[in-house]
Parts: sequence; C-alpha cells; structure tokens
Amino acid sequence: MKLFDTLWAFFTSVKLAIFTLCSLAVTSIVGTIIPQGKPYSFYIDNYGAKTAQFFHILSIPDMYSSWWFLGLLGLLSTNLIICSIDRLPAVLRIITADNLAMSTERIQKMVFCRKWQVPSDHPGLAGLPELLRKAGWNTTVRREDRNELYFGQKHRWSRIGVYIVHLSILVIFVGAIIGHFLGFKGSVMIPELRSTEQAYAAKDSSPIALGFEIRCDSFTVDFYDNGMPKDYKSSLTILEKDRVLLQKDIEVNNPLTYRGITFYQASYEAYRDFILSITDKATGQSKRFVLPFQQQTTWDDQNLQFGVINTEAMGQRAVRSKIWFKLGENPATVVWLADNTSTSISSGGKEYNLTAKQMYATGLQVAKDPGVWLVYIGCGLMMIGLYMAFFLTHKRIWLYKHVDATGVTLYLSGSTNKNKPAFARLFSRLERLVDQAFELRL
Amino acid sequence: MELRMDSSQLLGITTFTYMFSTLLYVAVLVFKASKLGSVATVFTAMAWLIQTAGIALRWVESYQMGIGHAPLTNMYESVVFFAWTIIALYLFIEWKFKIRIIGAFATPFAFLAMAYASFSGEIGKEISPLVPALQSNWLIAHVVTCFIGYAAFAVAAALGIMYVIKNKSENESRETIAGTLPPLPVLDDLIHKTMVFGFIWLSAGIITGAIWANSAWGTYWSWDPKETWSLITWFFYAITLHARYTRGWAGMRIAFLAIFGFVSVLFTYYGVNFLLSGLHSYGSS
Repeated sequence: MKLFDTLWAFFTSVKLAIFTLCSLAVTSIVGTIIPQGKPYSFYIDNYGAKTAQFFHILSIPDMYSSWWFLGLLGLLSTNLIICSIDRLPAVLRIITADNLAMSTERIQKMVFCRKWQVPSDHPGLAGLPELLRKAGWNTTVRREDRNELYFGQKHRWSRIGVYIVHLSILVIFVGAIIGHFLGFKGSVMIPELRSTEQAYAAKDSSPIALGFEIRCDSFTVDFYDNGMPKDYKSSLTILEKDRVLLQKDIEVNNPLTYRGITFYQASYEAYRDFILSITDKATGQSKRFVLPFQQQTTWDDQNLQFGVINTEAMGQRAVRSKIWFKLGENPATVVWLADNTSTSISSGGKEYNLTAKQMYATGLQVAKDPGVWLVYIGCGLMMIGLYMAFFLTHKRIWLYKHVDATGVTLYLSGSTNKNKPAFARLFSRLERLVDQAFELRL
Repeated sequence: MELRMDSSQLLGITTFTYMFSTLLYVAVLVFKASKLGSVATVFTAMAWLIQTAGIALRWVESYQMGIGHAPLTNMYESVVFFAWTIIALYLFIEWKFKIRIIGAFATPFAFLAMAYASFSGEIGKEISPLVPALQSNWLIAHVVTCFIGYAAFAVAAALGIMYVIKNKSENESRETIAGTLPPLPVLDDLIHKTMVFGFIWLSAGIITGAIWANSAWGTYWSWDPKETWSLITWFFYAITLHARYTRGWAGMRIAFLAIFGFVSVLFTYYGVNFLLSGLHSYGSS
C-alpha cells in the first residue's frame, strides 16, 4: 500500500499543479515562436535540416496535439481529479457540520469573540435573536437547561467554489475531446447556383459527406469606399432529396446550422464569369444564364444573342460590365451596366429587363462539434466558481447565552474562511448592535 | 463663433492631462505634500471624464461617418481604452482604500499608454470601417473584459514595484521617500486583490474570445499566438495564486510575480501583434 500512498500524495500535491502549469506555459511559448502547421520543407529552409529533423521527432510543428503536450494536459487533469477527491470530503464535512454542537470552550477561544455580563432580568436579552435576524442572520438554536446557543452562517457553499473552478476545467477538456473525436473541421467552395453534398477536411483535404445537399443561391460582397471588404453575404439553401428544408442568408459572425453541421461565411472567390438574368417584360418569361467572359450565348426561345464583351475591374472585382444584346436581326444594343444592377433594353418592339452580376463562389468553413456546448457549460461553471471562490466568504456567528446564579454571560463569536478585515468590520457592527441592546454607550 | 471639439482633440489633451496627473501624484510622494493629494485626485478624475467624453465622441463620430462601431477595434482605440480602464480602476482603488500614493505608480502606466497612442508613428488614429469578421457584438464583450483584466494587472504591477521599493528601504532602515509608502501587509493585500480581479476578468476575456471565434470561424480554440499567449498569461497568474494560497509564498515573491506577470500581459497585448503573425494582426495597422 506504500506505493499507492506515495502515488496518491504525488497526485494530490499542489507542487505538481504548479510544475504542470509552468511546463504548459513554457512549452506553449515555444509553439508561438516556432510557426505551427507548416510543411516540413519550411522548417528545413528556416532552421536547417538537422534542427528540422529534431523538431519533427518532438512533433514541434504540431506541438499542441503532440503526445507530450496532451500528456501534460492529462497530468493536469489527473492532478485536478485526485486533489478534489482528496480534499472535497473534508470541505463537505465543514459545510454540513452541526455548528450547534460547538463547545463553549471553542466559542470562547475564537479570534473574534466578545463577552458581556448582564443581570438575568435585563430587558435587552429578550430581543437578541431578533436582533441577529434583523442584521441578516437566520439562526438556529440549541437549548440546554437555561443556556441558549444561537448560530447563523452565510455562504457556506462558497467553500466548493474552488472545486467548481477545477471541475469546469475538466468539463472543458471533456468537451474538447468529444469535439475532436466526434466532430470535424473543413471547408468548401460553392459557386453561385451550384450545390454540393460534401466538404473537405482541413487536415488533409479528404472529402466529408454532409448527408444533405447545400446550394449557394447567391453571393454578394460589398466594399467600403476605400476598397476594404464591408460585407460578405451568402444565400444558402439546404436540400434533402431535392426537398428544400432550410433557407438562410449568412454573413460573417452569422452562420447556418443544420443537423449539427455549421457553415460559416469565411471567404469567396471571384470568377471571370457572369450571371445574367433576362426577363421578357411582356410575357414575364425569365431565364438565368452563366456567361463566361467574352463568350456569346443564346436564348433560342426568345431568339436572343448576348454576351459580356468588356469589364471595368478593380482587382478581381468587376465594377461595370459591357453587355452586348441582340434580338433576332435587329441592331444590337450595347450597354454598360454596374455590377449586380438591372436595366431595361428595348429592341425590335420588345422590352427586356436585364440583370448582370459577376459570378462568385462562396468560401465556407464547415464544422461539426458535438462537444462545444459542454465547453460552454464548462466556461459558465468557471465564472460561477471564480465568483464563489473569490467574492463569497463562509461567515459564521455564534451567540451563546449562559445563565447561572450570578446572571447572564453572553458570548458573541465569529469565524470566516477568508477576507478577515471585512469580517472584522462586520463583527464590530454586530458588537455595537448588542451594545445598543444593552444600552451601553461605548 | 462655435467652439466644437472632436474626439481626437479630447484624446490628444488626455495625454497631457495624465502626464500632469502623474506629476501631481509624484509630487505628493516626493515632497510628502499630502495637501496636494486631493488636487491630484480631482484633477485625475476630471482628466478621466474628458477622456470618457473623447471615447464617446469617437463612437458617435464613427456613426456620423456611416461606419458606426464601438471605439475598440484597432491598436489606437485599444491603447486609449487601456489607459481609460487603468485610471478608472485606480480611482476606484483610491476611493475604496484611501491610499493616494499608489497614484504615483499607477498613473504613469496610463500616461505612457496615451503617449504611445498619440505619438507613435506605428499606429493609425483614423476611424476606420470594420472588416466583416469584426462586425459582432462579441467584439465589445471580448475587448472590454480583456482590458479590464489587463488594467488590473497593470495596477498590480505598480503595487508590486511599490512593495519592492518599500521592502528594500525597510532593509536599509533609512528615512527615504519609501517611508511614505503604505505598510508592506497593506501593499501585499492590495496586490493580491488586484491580481484576483484581473484573473477573473482575463478568464471572462478568454471565454468571450472563444465564443466569438466559434461563431465566426467554427473553432473556439486554434492555438493562434494571441490565444496561446493569453492562456500563458492566465497560467502565470493561476500559478501565482496557487503559490500564494497553498504554498504561503511571501510578499516579496508575489510582488516580483506581479511585475513579471505584467510583462506577459504586455507581450500578449502588444508583442504578439507586432512580433508574431496570426489572426490577431488586426492590432498592427
């Protein structure tokens, strides 16, 4: 059993916690200085072949998932679990203790203790329990012969605050583990008007089947006057077996979630193609075309020929496009159209509505994380635990009335588990209340 | 003739008012002029109000420009807010604990921050529009919680410096300026309280950052240098609190940890943006 005791003592020690936290801190620094996740050639180029090999053996390029880093996290978790198992019973005993069983000697020996001696018939004695209650202390009482012991306490459960903080760390770890094993992270590029049933893993670009179809109906990007991106917006539709199940416009910070998989607006790609919508105003007939740049297309039913023959671009972005439009044998119309706007074209007695938009593909981050809610719960628990541990104090007050032939001896005692100065002030106030009850002006 | 001030003027004035605050508090310390103390407090409070107006005005101005957002989105705005939080926290501590001397050590942090914000050529002061990733309510929660934490750690470091000075003077038993510093147990208690306060707000800051990251990119933690350094700072103060609570470390050690912890805070806040690369390079423009 000696080995078990030694091991137990090791894992309950705070020294171990400090060592592990220090190791985690120092090694974490390494991972911020040596870039993570780069290809092997990067490390050869920057650190030399020998160092690159050394890094590779220690998994430095991916150190936060390395066996030794995860081992340190495991060590910390074990430390937390065993510390809590070891110390929690004693704390629970204090929380649930019968404080009315406190002996008179111990009451008199407390650091905060004050004594009064009054005659048995003093009128102030009667109102004492009520006085404590009015001061905010709900008291319980024990009577023995003519002696009375009143006891009141506050925030006894704050003593487990620190254990809640430690538990919260474990909850977060469990959430992260669940997310790692049962979830995935990937991305996908969906051109406008197209759909996909799979995403591609971030780790190795292997395809991930989504289990449903997601279609990009449209993508727009707005810019500020200074050219900085202002807004990316995708209009997405979820389909299963061609049935529309969900439709949502997403932007950065506002994703779409379906069946546990979330799609985040991350990036986009501008194509050199255009989406042209043509509507015959008379009949209401409308059709949408994908037009490669400078390529002529036809709408046979309407006897139309058209194409985008030129663009004014800012970088990859088409600001205006020059559209060539011909109905049958009528003379062609050429019009400059600002991107994603409409215009009317009259030709051969017919009127058409034309909308031209540069074609984009929307870049989406795709993630599934069944553990994230557990991580959030852990975070909430941590804040609650920190509040309990640092802002609430377990305060206890005893009022012992001893009656004998000479009169009444009254003891007021108190104890606190932290923040003695504040408790000293509280205790002084209670002393003054008792003084006033006995009409002692001190 | 209409007198209209804009936010950049109010914030520009703030650099000088905080410099004057520092001089007033230092005078109180060096010349033991306790009568100057209330002047220093009132002046600092007024300077803080002017800065508050400057920050609020900048917020309004961004809306007038059509790119409305809270003034917390680039290095300039964050350094200004950092200075604001330090003074707010310091004034609260001065009011609650009635110790003015701390001002001589805490206000320099705010003054230096404002000086950097105002005079450094590295950071732009213009109100600029937000890229899509920053358009989120989590921005305010995350930045505010982080900076309250940082400010508390700055004040803890100031108190740590006071502790070291006081401790050295007691060892040498000479009548020096250090004589006017509060007693060591008082300083120790304040260092502890400010570190705890900072630790709680830093925890909230890391958590809000993680929640925001998850809603923007689908990952609450990606070991980005900024995230990792905030965790390193968190580890540092967690270690310090454990050493104090359970190993009973003495005041001098804790004072040094408070000072070194702030170095970690500075690297997390500033060093990462300029010395390392990553998602948080927003800060460096």
